[in-house]
Amino acid sequence: MLKFTPDHEWLDPTGDDVAVGITEHAASELGDIVFIELPTVGDSVSKGDEVVAIDSTKAASGITAAIDGVITAVNETLVDAPESVNADPMGTWFFRIDPTDPAQLDDLLDEAAYQALIG
Amino acid sequence: MSLKTTALHALHTELGGRLVDFAGWELPVQFTGGIAEHQHTRTAASLFDVSHMGQVLVTATSGDLADAAAALETLIPASVAGLAEGRQRYGLLTTPDGGIVDDLMFANHGDRFLIVLNAARTDVDLALLNTLDGVTIDLLTDRALLALQGPLAADALERLIPGVAELKFMDSVTLDFDGVPVWVSRSGYTGEDGFEVSIPNAEAEAFARALLAMDEVAPAGLGARDSLRLEAGMPLYGHELTVDITPAEAGLGWAIQKVRRPGGSRAGGYPGADTISAQLADGAPRERIGLRIEGRAPVREGAPVFADAESTTPIGVITSGGFSPTLGGPIAMALVDTGSAGATVYPEVRGRRVAATVTPMPFVRHNYHR
Repeated sequence: MLKFTPDHEWLDPTGDDVAVGITEHAASELGDIVFIELPTVGDSVSKGDEVVAIDSTKAASGITAAIDGVITAVNETLVDAPESVNADPMGTWFFRIDPTDPAQLDDLLDEAAYQALIG
Repeated sequence: MSLKTTALHALHTELGGRLVDFAGWELPVQFTGGIAEHQHTRTAASLFDVSHMGQVLVTATSGDLADAAAALETLIPASVAGLAEGRQRYGLLTTPDGGIVDDLMFANHGDRFLIVLNAARTDVDLALLNTLDGVTIDLLTDRALLALQGPLAADALERLIPGVAELKFMDSVTLDFDGVPVWVSRSGYTGEDGFEVSIPNAEAEAFARALLAMDEVAPAGLGARDSLRLEAGMPLYGHELTVDITPAEAGLGWAIQKVRRPGGSRAGGYPGADTISAQLADGAPRERIGLRIEGRAPVREGAPVFADAESTTPIGVITSGGFSPTLGGPIAMALVDTGSAGATVYPEVRGRRVAATVTPMPFVRHNYHR
């Protein structure tokens, strides 16, 4: 089941690790994304660390780690085609993370709570 | 404070525009997407609502337009008196220190001047204009201003306003839209051929809908307007132009005609003339430069710019930065100490320095109908 953060990230924990992307709402607010800087596989990250830099035509933004863990994969196709996030935000992951403490996922929002948040 | 709205507000909402606060006005930043709208403007024709800009009529109480021109020349360092009827010119308002209060367009309509000002500066500019003797200053609140920009703009607009196709760049005349007198200039803020049309609010929506019904015309928002003007190398008030930046620093010496410079028959006589004239002759402490940024990460306004990868003291600052859809990469303008920039400079992005090639502006060739 998908999890969400108030910062408009989605986390998909259904595989061996957790895939992370940004929501439709975030992509729409950012506008056309023109640059994405990804973390390095093997990086240990802590909740709150900025792990992805995103630039759109309108603003500079980023993805902060919603949980502690180790980066296990990054979506390299985004470096040359950042616009693919705008085309399909919910189907486009940025990185995968192996959670240090999977219980941290329980603190995140479910879809209904996230939808309520963005109204 | 509630936001001001233009005559096209309902239409913007209907078209799915994402509305934002821009200088106290609620205006669309984009409809389908900034890059798509940008590219449409470069290849077809885009409709922009620029009704937030201040439209001001200046008439002489004597009835002689030359008196209004003389009055305006005490605030504007351009040749106002030398502007022929039916023509428009770019000008500045300056401070006693030689800084820039605002930039503007002024047009000679025979019995009056039409001035178009930046929305964020309209109040400040009006206060200055109202200090002038012998003129009547009238801020128009009953007219919209719509820009149709792009290589197909002339063909499209000619169907609604016969005669526009015969205009040359910077002509400004009164024509007829469906029985309504409209003020049309062949100008804009995109680097493309195009027009700005001042039309009574009551007729603005019908006019916009008639344009949007054409295959080649699509609506565009403030986002595309900004990326287009950046590619066109045009300065924007609040970024490249402020009260702390002089015309010479901003690279706008061309907006001060010879007749207003030392030795000219109407030299000086405007705020800051001594400083501005001296800088135009001898050089200014800073200069505006264009940059093509290596890689894909845009640099943002306010980022420091360094002469090399190691030095600790910046030579200047980014004034506007963004992604150029035409060039497919990031571009920027910077204000740097004169002569300090070599072929490559190093703006800082997220704490890292990236190489940027100093590039002549415009970044994308202007496509005016001269």
